[in-house]
Amino acid sequence: MPDYTLKVRRFDPDSGEAAYWQEFGVGLDPERSVLDGILQVKDDQDGSLAIRCSCRAAICGSCGVRINGKSALACNTRISDAAARSPGGGSIVVEPMGNMPVLKDLVVDMDAVHWKKVQRVVPWLLPEGDPPEREYIVPAEAMIDVTQSMACIHCGVCVSACLSLEVDPEFIGPAALAKAYRFVGDPRDGQTEERLKDLAEDPHGIYDCTHCFACIEVCPKDVAPMSQIMRLRRRATGDYEIKDSNNGYGHEKGFTDIIEKWGTLHEAQLLPRSFGDGSMIKGQTEPGAVKQLVESLPTAARGLKAGKISPRKALLHPKLPDQKQVRRIFKTIESKEERLELNLYIVGELGEAEVEPEPDEEASPS
Amino acid sequence: MPQHDVLVIGAGLAGQRAALAAAEAGASVGIISKVHPVRSHSNAAQGGINAALNPEDSWESHAYDTVKGSDYLGDQHAIEIMCREAPDELLHLEHLGVTFHRDETGHLGTRAFGGASAARTYYVADITGQAILHVLYEQLMKHEEVERYEEWFTTALVRDEGGRIAGAVTRNIRDSSMELFSARSVILASGGNGQIYNPTTNALICTGDGIAMAYRVGAPLMDMEMVQYHPTTLAGLGLLITEGARGEGAHLYNAKGERFMEKYAPNKMELASRDVVSRAEQTEIDEGRGFDDGTVALDITVVPRKRINEALREIVNVGRDFAGVDITQEPIHIKPGNHYVMGGVKTDTDGLTDVPGLYAAGEVACISVHGGNRLGANSLLDTLIFGRRSGEHAANASQGAPMAKPSRAALADEQRMVEDIAARDGGGRRVSEVKAELGAVMDKHVAVFRDEAGLAEALEVVGRLKEEAKSVAIDDRGTVFNQDLLGAIELGFMLENAEAIVIGAIERKESRGAQYRTDFPERNDEEWLRHVTVTAEDGEPKVGYSEVTLTQWEPEERKY
Repeated sequence: MPDYTLKVRRFDPDSGEAAYWQEFGVGLDPERSVLDGILQVKDDQDGSLAIRCSCRAAICGSCGVRINGKSALACNTRISDAAARSPGGGSIVVEPMGNMPVLKDLVVDMDAVHWKKVQRVVPWLLPEGDPPEREYIVPAEAMIDVTQSMACIHCGVCVSACLSLEVDPEFIGPAALAKAYRFVGDPRDGQTEERLKDLAEDPHGIYDCTHCFACIEVCPKDVAPMSQIMRLRRRATGDYEIKDSNNGYGHEKGFTDIIEKWGTLHEAQLLPRSFGDGSMIKGQTEPGAVKQLVESLPTAARGLKAGKISPRKALLHPKLPDQKQVRRIFKTIESKEERLELNLYIVGELGEAEVEPEPDEEASPS
Repeated sequence: MPQHDVLVIGAGLAGQRAALAAAEAGASVGIISKVHPVRSHSNAAQGGINAALNPEDSWESHAYDTVKGSDYLGDQHAIEIMCREAPDELLHLEHLGVTFHRDETGHLGTRAFGGASAARTYYVADITGQAILHVLYEQLMKHEEVERYEEWFTTALVRDEGGRIAGAVTRNIRDSSMELFSARSVILASGGNGQIYNPTTNALICTGDGIAMAYRVGAPLMDMEMVQYHPTTLAGLGLLITEGARGEGAHLYNAKGERFMEKYAPNKMELASRDVVSRAEQTEIDEGRGFDDGTVALDITVVPRKRINEALREIVNVGRDFAGVDITQEPIHIKPGNHYVMGGVKTDTDGLTDVPGLYAAGEVACISVHGGNRLGANSLLDTLIFGRRSGEHAANASQGAPMAKPSRAALADEQRMVEDIAARDGGGRRVSEVKAELGAVMDKHVAVFRDEAGLAEALEVVGRLKEEAKSVAIDDRGTVFNQDLLGAIELGFMLENAEAIVIGAIERKESRGAQYRTDFPERNDEEWLRHVTVTAEDGEPKVGYSEVTLTQWEPEERKY
């Protein structure tokens, strides 16, 4: 059986000492998991090594850790893969999850962060009126749609990996917002607009996500939390035109309008359009928007000085040569009667036939 | 000292449902769990929940299937209650927000399941248990008046001087403080004991704590020999592949490419009840028609790709991550593996045990609705129906009852027990060694096929391990998340469970449901249409019997 070395971040709160590293050798078949390695250490070498774990099958969500710096469940990370990706091909580095305080060794305080955030999104169904005598009649697709959020096992791996949370610990975060979508997307819930307003108005809400994809990359259950956050935004803007005080609505509208017109981002226009609910004129005339624009002038000045903004480019932004194709995409999407929301429960891993573009849409002049 | 009318131990489906029902009935409720509630093993129930909700279906049909599935050992009055109340419970869950699958008209949709004469299994993809567990936890977050003690480990139940239950002793895993809880009623909802077998589909937390604690305060255990081997588990790790796969149309093949269920259950084929399919597989493997790794093949590729994506995604992941197999492209190797214990703490249909004030619901309990063999998708139903009934009954019973008076001596006893473990010199065997030996002997001799000699050997090994467990060594002396210490306590619980299982299997000299004795291959209704109980008397297990309740279904030969 191949030998692997686990380099584990230890912390003993009783000792009064700082955290330290300890290496353990384990012998395991290559297809076994990092958790199996840790359990072997506990069984044979050191029973004091602490990790939450239970199902061994990526269902209970207990064993979130960071392996070689990447947040993951220990039970569904193959030990041979982890060894192959270890720094310099040496020890497999196992640390507690990030963005949450460590209680002991690999055990973090999820109550203090994750569960507090879940509680923040009013995580229970709020139906309108009394329930029907039988079941609620709802579209089959709607239930499959929210099933992707229901698949979340609250392991905290996305919370650990979230870059926005690192900058703003108050950010509601990927897992709790995915949970929020489970209610917003559920046709039985009667508080959709209120929920969306709440999450849009909160400065640590849906517009606090920076689109970095880290949560999608690490999620062991393909919940794709960022996609759920984007759905919340689309519902907030597209279905309810919720104009929040954080300019989330305006920013998104300004952004898409610019892309529709030019094909690429016209940065000089993005700022005023963002502040003016997407409108250039409003952005330069509305008192509130003007105030915010003026406040952002120092940033623009710094950008000019650093050469990040050139006045020429700022004023004359060229259209893409095949801008017509971009417009066609807009037209195709907007001509659909209903917005098409796809997820893994509908299309599968590879995104099969249903979502493949039709041949005439594939035209790409490059 | 925390005080509650109703104290629930365990926070899976049965425990959460009991807590919510008791709170709704006006009781002050505390719920204790050694893991965060959403980590509970109810998560692993993939396939669905049975209910005769369709107008064309009937609760009588569901009840008959359950009685037949139980090999007539199930108590028919309890089964009737479960099946009659199933549709309302299902609708209650739907109203709370469980995202059950819909058909094209937007109504609740069903899938087929083993041993059932109608498609009456309601589901959420193949994460049904998880979806219900999380929705109940949403309700617990909403009902903040229910006190949650998350990551508290219960070491013992406490009775008052009159023998009535009065509370429990519990250790806070985060800081190791020990607490005596006072309660007018205690509901055990602490799940099964699969960890005494290796391999098992059960999570590491399934160590039979509640069964052992109830046994230690004198509650009889019933039908413990009835241990279900699930037909489709991964070789080696023992992870579960849902029966939903066969419900959606997957086939079983031996190494010669024969669809062998034709021989064993020509009508129901792969959807015969679990004991029948597991025995068929084991026979194929034992007679040399399995693969070299001691398995047969489950072929899911016959299920349309689109359907796999929406209904079986979880096992796509399990196949990919834990067996390196794309189940949409090729068959996966599986074998029968330990999965569920039909037996448990003997209760009535309100969950009440023979110890006054002590209730049990879910896998920890034996009512008995599963008898000799549980049908797929009846376990979720059992947890919810009898969790609710226990919660309601316990809440009503606590109205006007005097405050419980647990003795502080019980707390001192448990503190001493913990200190003794921590003070050991390290000369004993490791917990993991004892556990490994236990798991191996149970899987060898107390599995799909059993006989007198093997069972006798198992009993001897379990007896020796019980002695050795008294001196197992631990490494951790810390106060925060000392899992090592808890492991030593759990080992004691596991061995009590194992002993009762082996004693029951030796006692029952017939073949019925999950108990197949090669030395007594026939079912024998004359002598053995009765429950076997094991009760601790002066610390020694004593065997007894209890009648099976028949209402409208006389025992018949069982064919699928």
